[in-house]
Amino acid sequence: MAGSNKTNPTTALRTGITPPRWLLAELTYACPLQCPYCSNPIDYAKYQSELDTEDWKRVLTQARKMGAVQLGFSGGEPLTRKDLPELVKHARDLGYYSNLITSGYGLTEEKIVQLKEAGLDHIQVSIQASSQELNDHIAGTASFQHKKEVAHLVKKHGYPMVLCVVIHRENIHQMPEILAMAEELGADYLELANTQYYGWAHANRDLLLPTKEQFEQAEQIAQAFKEKVAGKMKIYYVVPDFYEDRPKACMNGWGTTFLTIAPDGVALPCHSARELPGLDCPNVKDYSIEQIWNESKAFNFFRGFDWMKEPCSSCDEKEKDFGGCRCQAYLLSGDMYAADPVCSKSPNHPVIQEAIDSAKATALADNEKPLIFRNSKNSRLLS
Amino acid sequence: MHRLQWEEAQQKDVILYPEGMVELNQSSAEILKCCDGTRNLAQIVNDLEQKFATTGLTNDITAFLEVALKNGWIQQN
Repeated sequence: MAGSNKTNPTTALRTGITPPRWLLAELTYACPLQCPYCSNPIDYAKYQSELDTEDWKRVLTQARKMGAVQLGFSGGEPLTRKDLPELVKHARDLGYYSNLITSGYGLTEEKIVQLKEAGLDHIQVSIQASSQELNDHIAGTASFQHKKEVAHLVKKHGYPMVLCVVIHRENIHQMPEILAMAEELGADYLELANTQYYGWAHANRDLLLPTKEQFEQAEQIAQAFKEKVAGKMKIYYVVPDFYEDRPKACMNGWGTTFLTIAPDGVALPCHSARELPGLDCPNVKDYSIEQIWNESKAFNFFRGFDWMKEPCSSCDEKEKDFGGCRCQAYLLSGDMYAADPVCSKSPNHPVIQEAIDSAKATALADNEKPLIFRNSKNSRLLS
Repeated sequence: MHRLQWEEAQQKDVILYPEGMVELNQSSAEILKCCDGTRNLAQIVNDLEQKFATTGLTNDITAFLEVALKNGWIQQN
């Protein structure tokens, strides 16, 4: 998204701070699916409390006033919240462009109509694979047929349909079938999200990370398809950063654009930031969004460039990629101030090749260890 | 699928669509607001030339509408 450097005329912003544009509202950690690459934190089970309807309305109002305009209702599975239509209506009244990020599980035609009337702009349905057997295995829940029905209903009721498929070693060979499925379902947007290895995906990385050859082949197929459907379907391709030599410009820069609110009200500069030590992420029950965005320790922690170490601090690409992802630096090097190890200039870069080799060795081993599915039992075991 | 709206915080019109936003300059926004399904190209050019007391906008407007069409911001009847 194109960032804006214009001063916000309606809300006081500290010098040099741009206002939030994207708000990710993680309404709940509850989810009927158990995807082993879930972006929720490993220890999600210990966060039991959820903001109530009035808390969420206040958050939406305050963030909108600052300039947030793209809104994702996410989770967990946001459909498990009974007040979803009420929150959608509030968001529409405020002028948000709102997106329901859902597994489709529990979505009925009646609910689709109800959400449309409340003002929901689009629905993003995730499908885990192009075959029922693999989808239901990865999701940990029999859900394939229902997801396809939901995709049809989303189209039928005039929503733009965004299909999201997370790509990893178990389904990457299905790329041609995944693309055919998107076409058959009439997707307007297809998000091919190569797994990002945080949280649950990090724990399962040896079983999920494809080989470079698999990536390249899948990317080639996706690229050819993109050209074929140009003008009809838009493809968002989330790059597999383990096979890049420069890091992603994570979150478009820390505290510049993105604001995530976790189910219990903790405000995060990115949805993984909960795993970083010492940030003291503030809660919306204690502070306004304006205070959180402008004044909090967490949101100012990695703003700008002063926090950087070498090789980032003198790097001529630092304004392009901001040193990469802080969570990935922490996960892979133990130092959240370090350059993202994906970068070939990072002294920690060899850990990427080690991860690739380890995943390959696991794939070749006879007795593969099982995937760790995302559920409360495993969450408690691992945290 | 695309929504054109004024953003108070940015002091500009934007186009919103799934997972994205395009910030518009004033002339782009003026052209798009004319694309309401009731006017053809000649009428849009005429209206904008009158509104801004100028002439010779045909090429600029045509070029922009081609971009808008390609991006799906408008549809051709």
